[in-house]
Amino acid sequence: MTISIDPQKTNNESLQPKGWLRYFSFSLDHKVIGIQYLVCGFLFYLIGGTLASAIRIELASPMSDFMPRDVYNQVLTLHGTIMIFLWIVPVVNGAFGNYLIPFYVGARDMAFPRLNAVAFWLIPPSGLMLVASYFVEGAAQAGWTAYPPLSITTPQSGQIIWILSVLLLGGSSIFGGINFIATIIKLRRPGLKLMQLPMYCWAMLGTSILVVLSTPVLAGTLILLSFDIIANTGFFNPVLGGNVVVYQHLFWFYSHPAVYIMVLPAFGLVSEILPVHARKPLFGYTTMVFSIMGIVVLGLVVWAHHMFTSGTPPWMRLFFTIATAFIAVPTGIKFFNWVATLWGGKISINSAMLFSCGFIINFVFGGITGVALAQVPFDIHVHDTYFVVAHFHYIVYGGTVFIIFSSIYHWFPKVTGKMLNEKLGILHFIITFIGFNLCFAPQHWLGLNGMPRRVAEYDPQFQFVNQISSLGALLMAISTIPFLINVFISVRNGKDAGDNPWNALTPEWLTSSPPPVENWEGEAPLVEEPYGYGLEISEQT
Amino acid sequence: MLNKNIYLILIISLVFAISFWIGFNVNLLPAEASINAPIYDELFKILFIIGLIIFIGMTIAVIYSLFKFRKRNDQIGDGIALEGNLSLEIVWTIIPSIIVLLIGLYSYNIYDRMGGMKELNHNHEMMSSNTEKIWAGISQTSDNEIAINNLSIEVSAMQFAFLFNYPKGNFISGELHVPVDQKVSMKMESKDVIHAFWVPEFRIKQDIIPGQPTILNFTPTKVGKYPIICAELCGPYHGGMRASIIVEEESDYNEWFNKNKKPEVNL
Repeated sequence: MTISIDPQKTNNESLQPKGWLRYFSFSLDHKVIGIQYLVCGFLFYLIGGTLASAIRIELASPMSDFMPRDVYNQVLTLHGTIMIFLWIVPVVNGAFGNYLIPFYVGARDMAFPRLNAVAFWLIPPSGLMLVASYFVEGAAQAGWTAYPPLSITTPQSGQIIWILSVLLLGGSSIFGGINFIATIIKLRRPGLKLMQLPMYCWAMLGTSILVVLSTPVLAGTLILLSFDIIANTGFFNPVLGGNVVVYQHLFWFYSHPAVYIMVLPAFGLVSEILPVHARKPLFGYTTMVFSIMGIVVLGLVVWAHHMFTSGTPPWMRLFFTIATAFIAVPTGIKFFNWVATLWGGKISINSAMLFSCGFIINFVFGGITGVALAQVPFDIHVHDTYFVVAHFHYIVYGGTVFIIFSSIYHWFPKVTGKMLNEKLGILHFIITFIGFNLCFAPQHWLGLNGMPRRVAEYDPQFQFVNQISSLGALLMAISTIPFLINVFISVRNGKDAGDNPWNALTPEWLTSSPPPVENWEGEAPLVEEPYGYGLEISEQT
Repeated sequence: MLNKNIYLILIISLVFAISFWIGFNVNLLPAEASINAPIYDELFKILFIIGLIIFIGMTIAVIYSLFKFRKRNDQIGDGIALEGNLSLEIVWTIIPSIIVLLIGLYSYNIYDRMGGMKELNHNHEMMSSNTEKIWAGISQTSDNEIAINNLSIEVSAMQFAFLFNYPKGNFISGELHVPVDQKVSMKMESKDVIHAFWVPEFRIKQDIIPGQPTILNFTPTKVGKYPIICAELCGPYHGGMRASIIVEEESDYNEWFNKNKKPEVNL
C-alpha cells in the first residue's frame, strides 16, 4: 500500500460538511484543522487563565485562605499543564503550522491529512480528561514537573489521569511534528528552494526536529512513572532503590527542548509579521536560518540547568552553564535582526506590530534573566523561587503569547475575510502589556528576597508586592474582554478585508480570503522572494 | 554624519551611565549573612549592569524605530530594500559570544570561590572507600576539613519540617543554632519526598533528596535570625515548611548547646 499524497483524493470536498459544522468534523482540510487547534487552544487558555486568577487571588494575602492547600497544588499543576500542553504548544505549532505551512511550501494540504486530523482530535478528549480529573479524587498535585517521590505519594487517580493526558498530548505533538517535517521537505512546489522558504517554515522544521527527538523520552519517562505508581515498581522510588534524580534528567531532556518548541515557532511567526508591517525585507535571512538550527542543536544539550541544586556533579554544572549561556548568541542574533528589519522601514503602527514589538521587549528581558539563571552560582540562590516564575512567564507569555495575539491580528483577515477593529486591538495591547509587566516584573524581587514558588502562603513582608502582582493579573484577565468583543463583532460585521489587506508578499496572501478548499484556484504561485519589499521589479512569476 | 555619530555615542554613554548608576545604587537583594553572600552579590551586580545595558539599549532601539520610521499618512511604497549586512551580522555574533564567554569564565571563578568546584576527586575517593555515596552541594570541603570541623550537623527533612541533629551533643533541635564565623558542615537527607534547604540571606540552596545524602557547607558571618525555607514542592503544606537558623556569638551558642546536650547513653 502506498500513502497517497494526492490532494484530490485525500481531500474529497463532497464528503466534508460545509459552513461552521466543518469545525466540529473530522475534516482533512489543513485550514479547518488549524482553526480547530486555535479555537480549542484558546478555550483551554481561558480555563488556564481562570486557574491563574485563582492562584493570584490566593496570593493576594499571605495566609492560605482562598482554597484548601491541596486544591491550590492541583490548581497550579493544572495551570502549568494546560497552558503548556493545551494552549501554547498546540497553538504555535498546530494552529499556525497547519494553516500556514502548506501555503508556504506551495502545497494543497499537509503531507498526511488523516494523521493531521487524528493529531488534533487527540487534544480535546485528553484536555477534558485532565480538567475532569479534578472531580474524581482531585487532580494531580505534584506540579507540572511531577517529580517523584511526591508524584508517587499523592492521590493516584489524579496523577494517572495526568500522565495519560500528557501522553496523548505528546502523541499528538509527535504526529504533528512528523507531518510538518514531511510537508516542508517533500511537498514543496517544484522550483521552490529551501532557502526561499518563509522563515516560519524553518522555525517549524527546527521545532519539529526537537519534537520528534525529545517527546518520546518524556513519554517513556511518564510510562515508567506510571509503573511506579500503579505496579509498585522502583524506577524512581527511593524506597525501592530507585533514583529520583534520574527522573529529573529524563523529564528535562524533553521539557527544556519544550521551551524551544514553544518559542521557535513564535520566532518564525514574528519574522513573517515584522517585514509586512515595516515594509522591509527580513534582515539577514541566512543567519536567521542558521541561528534557528543553532538553537535546535544547543537546546538539546542544556537540560541539566534545571537541576543545579539537585545532586549533580560540578563538571556537569559547568558544562550546562556554558551550553545554556551560549544559546543567548543565536537568540541575540535573531533579535538584532528584527530590530534591523524595523530600522529604515515604513512602519504601520497597528495591533499586530505593537504585539510584536512588545514581544521583542519582553523576550529580551526574559532572555537576560535567562543568561543570569544559566550561571550556576546565580541560579543556586534563585532556583525554585518566584524569580524563575517571573523569568519563564517573560519567555512564554511575554514572548510566545504576545506573538499568538500578534498573529491573530495579522492573519484574521486571511482566515475570515474581515478586518479586526484596530482601536479595540490597540486597547487590548495596552492593557495586556501593562498588566503583564505589572504582574511579573515584581516577582523577580520576590524571588531574590526569599519567596519560593508553588506556595499558598508566604512571609507577610511580601504582601504588598504580591498585591501589585495580583493587580497586574487582574488587568491581564480584563484584557481578554476587548479581544473577545473584537473577534465576535469583527467576524460578522468587520470591515471587508479583500484578499491582501497588508499588501504582503508571502504565498498565503496570493489567494482569496478566506482561501478556497485547495488553497488556490489555479496552480500554486512560485514565490522566490517572500520578503522582497522595496524591490521595484516584480518578484513573482 | 559626524553629528549623527556624536548623538549615537552620547546615547550609548548615557545608557551605560544609567545602567552603572542603577547597578550600584539599587539593591534588590536581602542582607548578606554568609561568606557566600558578598561573592554572590558581586556576580549579581555585574550581571545586573550588563543586563540593564542590553535591555535599555534594545528597548530604546525598538521604540526609536517605531517613532522615527513610522509610516506617515502621505507616504506610499516600501522601506529600503536592505536584506542584510554581513559585517553587522558578524559584529553582533562575535560581541555577544565574547560577553557570554567572559560571563561564563567569571561565574566559574565565582563558583570556585564559593567552593563549588572543590570536591571532584574527593567524591571519587568517597565512592571507592565507602559503600555509601555522598553527594555534594556547593561550598563543600575535603574530608579532612569535615573531620577538623567541630560543627557537623545532620539535617533530616520530612513533610513538613526540618530536624537538626547535633551528634556531638546527642540531641535533636527544630531550630538550627550555629556560631558566627565558623564553618558549618551539614549532612542532609530526606525521609520522604524531595525538599530543599534555602537560606536567602546566605545565598545557598540545596535539594534534600531521599536516598541521596548530601553535604552542604556554609560559614555564617552575621549574628541574627534567618528563615530556612523549603524550596521544592513537597505537598500541601509546602508553603508552611519553614524553620529558623539562629546565628549567635560563640559564647551564646555554647550556652545553648550545653543546655540541650544530653549525656552519652552507655550501653
